[in-house]
Amino acid sequence: MRHVVSILVENEAGALSRISGLFSARGYNIESLTVAPTEDASMSRMTVVTSGSDEVIEQITKQLNKLVEVVKVVDLSEAEHIERELMLIKVRAGTKEREDMKRMADIFRGRVVDVSDNTYTIELTGHGAKLDAFIQALDQSAILETVRTGASGIGRGNRILKV
Amino acid sequence: MDRIKTEELSGAEIVVRCLQAEGVEYVFGYPGGAVLWIYDELFKQDKVRHVLVRHEQGAAHAADAYSRSSEKVGVCLVTSGPGLTNAVTGIATAYMDSIPMVIISGQVPTHAIGEDAFQECDAVGITRPCVKHNFLVKDIRDLAVTMKKAFHIATTGRPGPVLVDIPKDITAQRHEFLYPDSVTMRSYNPVTKGHAGQIKKAVALLQEAKRPMVYAGGGVILSNASAQLRELVKAMGFPCTNTLMGLGGYPGTDAQFLGMLGMHGTYEANMAMQHCDVLIAIGARFDDRVIGDPKHFAQNLRKIIHIDIDPSSISKRVKVDVPIVGNIPDVLKEILKQVDVQKADQPALKAWWKQIDEWRGKDCLKYDRKSKIIKPQYVLEKLYEITGGDAIITSDVGQHQMWAAQFYKFDQPRRWINSGGLGTMGFGLPAAMGAQLANPGATVACVTGESSIQMCLQELSTCKQYRIPVKIINLNNRYMGMVRQWQQFFHGNRYSESYMDALPDFVKLAEGYGHSGLLIDKPEDVEPALRETFKRKKDLVFLDFLTDQTENVYPMIPGGKGITEMILSEEL
Repeated sequence: MRHVVSILVENEAGALSRISGLFSARGYNIESLTVAPTEDASMSRMTVVTSGSDEVIEQITKQLNKLVEVVKVVDLSEAEHIERELMLIKVRAGTKEREDMKRMADIFRGRVVDVSDNTYTIELTGHGAKLDAFIQALDQSAILETVRTGASGIGRGNRILKV
Repeated sequence: MDRIKTEELSGAEIVVRCLQAEGVEYVFGYPGGAVLWIYDELFKQDKVRHVLVRHEQGAAHAADAYSRSSEKVGVCLVTSGPGLTNAVTGIATAYMDSIPMVIISGQVPTHAIGEDAFQECDAVGITRPCVKHNFLVKDIRDLAVTMKKAFHIATTGRPGPVLVDIPKDITAQRHEFLYPDSVTMRSYNPVTKGHAGQIKKAVALLQEAKRPMVYAGGGVILSNASAQLRELVKAMGFPCTNTLMGLGGYPGTDAQFLGMLGMHGTYEANMAMQHCDVLIAIGARFDDRVIGDPKHFAQNLRKIIHIDIDPSSISKRVKVDVPIVGNIPDVLKEILKQVDVQKADQPALKAWWKQIDEWRGKDCLKYDRKSKIIKPQYVLEKLYEITGGDAIITSDVGQHQMWAAQFYKFDQPRRWINSGGLGTMGFGLPAAMGAQLANPGATVACVTGESSIQMCLQELSTCKQYRIPVKIINLNNRYMGMVRQWQQFFHGNRYSESYMDALPDFVKLAEGYGHSGLLIDKPEDVEPALRETFKRKKDLVFLDFLTDQTENVYPMIPGGKGITEMILSEEL
């Protein structure tokens, strides 16, 4: 099953490779991994989307907790949470496609953030599934380039991950 | 602003002062360009003694065994690049067996890092998967506190090796020295106290058990819990087994001890593991060499209590009913306080012991005692007898290791020193050096084979330099015995590359290094040779026993099979 794991980690050189190294050394999946410093610059927050049986996920959280630089680990998918991913997608938008492309972006609540004579770059935020759906909805030959950040996650309501 | 005046020292002096502050007695190491300033400071003092090994792998193994045999932290010091990579096997060995060790490695100067400088390697990157933690010290202001953290992390929670990589320029810079008494880290706070509710559940299960089994591993030794383990087993009248790493954790000569379990464990220990109704696992981790196939193990229903300091060891291969994360001696004390021995089901226990005695009746370690060729088991029995069961035994890896584990009965912890997790050939001799230096008055013997001993043989020279009088028991069957055994059982007798041709004359070799050697090729000479050897308290003696080439280790659970699917000796 797919799980979204949030990790608070000391913002130190090498912390990322300890975590990604753990996943590869123990044969765990990484679907996506995002990381950036938090409001407290001494700490980074990482969101790892992974998959596995309950036993595997239990081991993943235990092994992550064992890393000396890891401060806290939470499996967000254990309860209500919000997940968002950002995608920048460059599409062909000549005079012929321009209208359609803009309308499509609007339907998905995307924004055109860069324009050239024959391209649009659209910014789209949402659950990974929504980004997938947008890609599916486009004429595949119109897609020139995509870049996705991978999911970031946060618990709903009073569920707070903080030191 | 008031400031306590502190001394300004070089980075190298700071390193040495930190070692002194930690009470480090020995550093095992090998100098080189990146650590010259540190060696210079070692030269100027006499509190920390340096042992010059002949290869950095030996330094790591010696520091490791120094720790295993003494409870203290092992320290080794190596230079950058090849110095560090040579030590990696030793670091990984210590990591797999959770040994507290601090490794200091030199690094090229900070400005040269990443430029493929001479003797540069990414020490932190290379060792990352085989250390508990590692540090690259990029700023001299962090040096002392990093050293403190290294010792703190190595020794607390589940112990393990910690590497501190120090660039050469840092060792030359100067900074005020203040060694902290303690460190706190928000990201590192190992749990030590067992959960009260879980302990209560464990107590209830233990009292209700009809077919109990105590399965204790290396965690008992590392946490110094032997006394509490013994007390619990004795109070309850339960049977007890030890893993390869746990030998000596429970007295090997006690009637309630069923011997080692696992791939080459006793018939009775393995049968009792499978057929018990309540299993208490203490500082052990149900690894593949212990329970074999976890699916087969799960076929019999039993309640499992698991005590371990490391939560990730619990429910990794086997699902447990009562997990207790905590420091073993404390958890056992709590269990002992609460358990009511009167509540134990005596008739059921009696019937269980009757069953166990039946299994014991198989005499699964039986071997041919009339053989005209030296049987390795016989050498170990005699070694046990002649050393009064009181020696520190180090071993290499292979058949000799298993026979030593089966036939030498360890009554005390920290007397059996072997590479159980990583299975590192070459461990035995440098380990014996470390154990002897940690225990100057003790009898130390290295049980090895002609293949393993050749992997760190150069340390005979170190033994000469520091007058380390270990005894080498070489069970020489001219084969990588365990490889040969697997090839016989599972590869149609095709002994691919497992024959050790062109062996040196070990007696001459020992003599070449300034020691004594003796070749023993007849069973009747085994005992006198051992007797003579152990009288020589001050000398290293290399005993080369020519043993039966075809002898196998029994019982044996083939790889991937279930714990009761043992191959037994033809002698039975």
